Amino acid sequence: MVRASAAAPTTARPVATSHEGFLRHARFRWLKIAVVSCFVALAGYIAADVRPRANGGSWYGYLLGTTAALLIVWLALIGIRKRAMTRGRWSLKAWTSAHVYLGLALIVIATLHTGFQFGWNVHSLAYGLMMLVILSGIFGTVVYATLPAALSQNREEMTQGQMIDSIRAIDRQLHDAAQPLARTDSDLVIAALAQSEFEQGLWRRLSGRYPDCATRQAIDGLGLADAGDAAAGRVEKLLIRRRVQLERLRRHLRLKALLEVWLHVHVPATVALLAALTAHIVSVFYYW
Amino acid sequence: MRGVTFRLRQIELTADGREIVRDRDVAGNELAVGRAADNAIHLPDLGVEPRHAAIARLDANSIAVSALGTLGFGLDGRVVRSATVDCRAGAELRFGSFRITVSQDSDGAALLAIRRIAEKGILAADFDEKRSFSLAGVLPGKRKVAWLAALLVMAPFLALPIASHQLREAHAKAAVIGDASWRPGKLSLAHHGLEDRCEACHVKAFVSVRNETCAGCHKQAHDHAPAARIAGARANPPLGESFLQFVALGFGKPGPGGCVDCHTEHEGAGRMAVPQQQFCADCHGSLGERLRDTKLGNAGDFGKLHPQFAARIVTDAATRRLSRVSLDARPRENNGLAFSHKLHLDPMGGPARMAASMASERGYGKGLACKDCHRPGEDGIRFKPVAMERDCEGCHSLAYDKVGATFRTLKHGDVDQMIADLRAADFSPTLVSGRRRPGDYAAGGSYYANFTAPFSGEGLIRRALSRDGVCGECHTPAVQGGKPGVMPVTLVSRYMAHGWFNHKPHAQEKCSTCHAAEKSGSATDLLLPGIATCRTCHLGEGSRKAEVPSSCAMCHTYHPVAGAPRKPRSKNW
Repeated sequence: MVRASAAAPTTARPVATSHEGFLRHARFRWLKIAVVSCFVALAGYIAADVRPRANGGSWYGYLLGTTAALLIVWLALIGIRKRAMTRGRWSLKAWTSAHVYLGLALIVIATLHTGFQFGWNVHSLAYGLMMLVILSGIFGTVVYATLPAALSQNREEMTQGQMIDSIRAIDRQLHDAAQPLARTDSDLVIAALAQSEFEQGLWRRLSGRYPDCATRQAIDGLGLADAGDAAAGRVEKLLIRRRVQLERLRRHLRLKALLEVWLHVHVPATVALLAALTAHIVSVFYYW
Repeated sequence: MRGVTFRLRQIELTADGREIVRDRDVAGNELAVGRAADNAIHLPDLGVEPRHAAIARLDANSIAVSALGTLGFGLDGRVVRSATVDCRAGAELRFGSFRITVSQDSDGAALLAIRRIAEKGILAADFDEKRSFSLAGVLPGKRKVAWLAALLVMAPFLALPIASHQLREAHAKAAVIGDASWRPGKLSLAHHGLEDRCEACHVKAFVSVRNETCAGCHKQAHDHAPAARIAGARANPPLGESFLQFVALGFGKPGPGGCVDCHTEHEGAGRMAVPQQQFCADCHGSLGERLRDTKLGNAGDFGKLHPQFAARIVTDAATRRLSRVSLDARPRENNGLAFSHKLHLDPMGGPARMAASMASERGYGKGLACKDCHRPGEDGIRFKPVAMERDCEGCHSLAYDKVGATFRTLKHGDVDQMIADLRAADFSPTLVSGRRRPGDYAAGGSYYANFTAPFSGEGLIRRALSRDGVCGECHTPAVQGGKPGVMPVTLVSRYMAHGWFNHKPHAQEKCSTCHAAEKSGSATDLLLPGIATCRTCHLGEGSRKAEVPSSCAMCHTYHPVAGAPRKPRSKNW
């Protein structure tokens, strides 16, 4: 980054940087399109005189249902589209922007398609899965918009590799420093060194709470047992340094997990939704 | 033992994976193994005890290994506390992260090759940074979960019902399994018994519910009109409906006019909804534009578009011919009777006074009211025809003779009988004079003679049938088949044969609200209310200001059934 800015020629006109997020893309073009679509769908719903009561099998219901189904398939295609990054009008950013806003518009279009008739059936299952996908998507959009700043602040310009390296360096020092320790103390150090931060389960990742942190336990254990022992004191200091690094790593892992966890709902729920949508459509025409 | 007893071979790896081998010969019969630096075999691993084990030479070929602390050591994969190893056969010892391979070198020394094995965890060389930092390490893969979720949806909600439906055809009585999840809503009460038998109506896959399937149970439902007339009557649907029909026909639904077009199901438990006004208005709203020869006026909404009622009235009393005439034509009926409602209902008139005098005897009030002659039928829908004996004869007596205290009365409705009775009657002037014999005094003591000419039964017959006689008071005298008689009377009990009207729900209204009887001085007045009267309460289905929003089905029925109006009798419907 530093190199890039130094190399940039100084011109009178400000350099047009494309630092516009996918939410603000093209001055909220897709937000506007989505809002207009919702209002059109709603106006049609009010205008269409569907008797005896609104339902997905009326002509307007079919129109909304077909639109919603095509929209769902197109929204799901982002899983393929995202693997090819391009620029310009049909850029991946434009696509993502449309994905977010049209996905939100789907709430209105699909809900109107239901005619507010719900039940314990495959049709409502498809709707429920769709709402799950959309809600997880909203979560994802919110964390994408808010968390990267916190992530960057926490890293303090360290890369993930550097975080690991710093802990490794401390671990090596700990390993050497702990050589003179007696069995019980060295066991504490072994436990601290052996505990992997990466195998602690989803909830600890997301909450950032590690109640049985072996490093903390080692600090407590050594502090109690070996007051005044020089080797133990050195190990303890190293352990405290280790804990500081661990805390940064854990914050990093927590933010990363929050940025990522919604996709573990969003993606499988999307595939389940496509399955339920297929079942919904096929069943309607099977028992036609 | 002399010379070299143990040869320690330290093998270390450089950063680029190259091995550095350092041999060190140790004399003596015993070696200590441990983390402490003063051990002959110094293993800097916290997993190794400061003094972990001792290795002693037993003879030229074998060594003994024994643990010194509480921890054992690994021997060829097992954990033991002591072991004897033949150096010629070799063995592998394990202390923490160190592996010591025992063998015999060419000069007879026990060769102990010491190697640190790859570390686990964060210090391990094979640490996968990308995977570890992502959730992939703590969550099952998205792809795996996605396939599983898709399977969990597809199997019970699609594959199972289809398989069950396809495989059950061999023995068709078996119900389809798993199709309850397809049910979009509860069936109406009438079809409640079919709730778990989807295949009863949805007979074939991808084939819509057919009219024939409905007719399997509903054998009595008749067609509304000949199919060709219906086809010609149907208006081109609006854009939305056309689209729906396009889709429906594309998927093999029966064309417009199918049972399910009007009778929609799965709308929830309860009574099946009455078909909407729109279903009728589709054709009847502008029927005249398409069926030019129809006699029916356009009707699309009772409040906005509906022809004036047409009543079936008697237009020729002699032949009893009934004709359908619009009330707009102010038709007059000729039912063969002479009658004035006004006269009878006038509270100050003669009939009222006479009725009052018979109040206790016949249950009349202070005067005559509608109910005194018009009595509701069993079902309350319409009224029984007025009967002379019950409703008129209280005042309009047909007595013609008195024998003792008994009156002889003519039989109503039978002219031949009347003629026979009167012809056979024995009339003496005393009947009217009050004197029993010549010379007797009349009541009150005055004497008088009856100077009227003695008259025969024939004369009485002529008089009774004359315009001023006892029959002519209500009937029109007429010669029928060369014999004297009266015009036949035809009382219509249902004027609107093509619409349904029930008096019972209207009981809170006075009769005079709709029937202007008090002002009618002639039996030819048709006392039926026009559409304007009905519209004071009833307007179309969608009307907001109507007291009773009324769809077509309130008065009309699509399928003719007993007592209800419609049957496709001629092509003119």
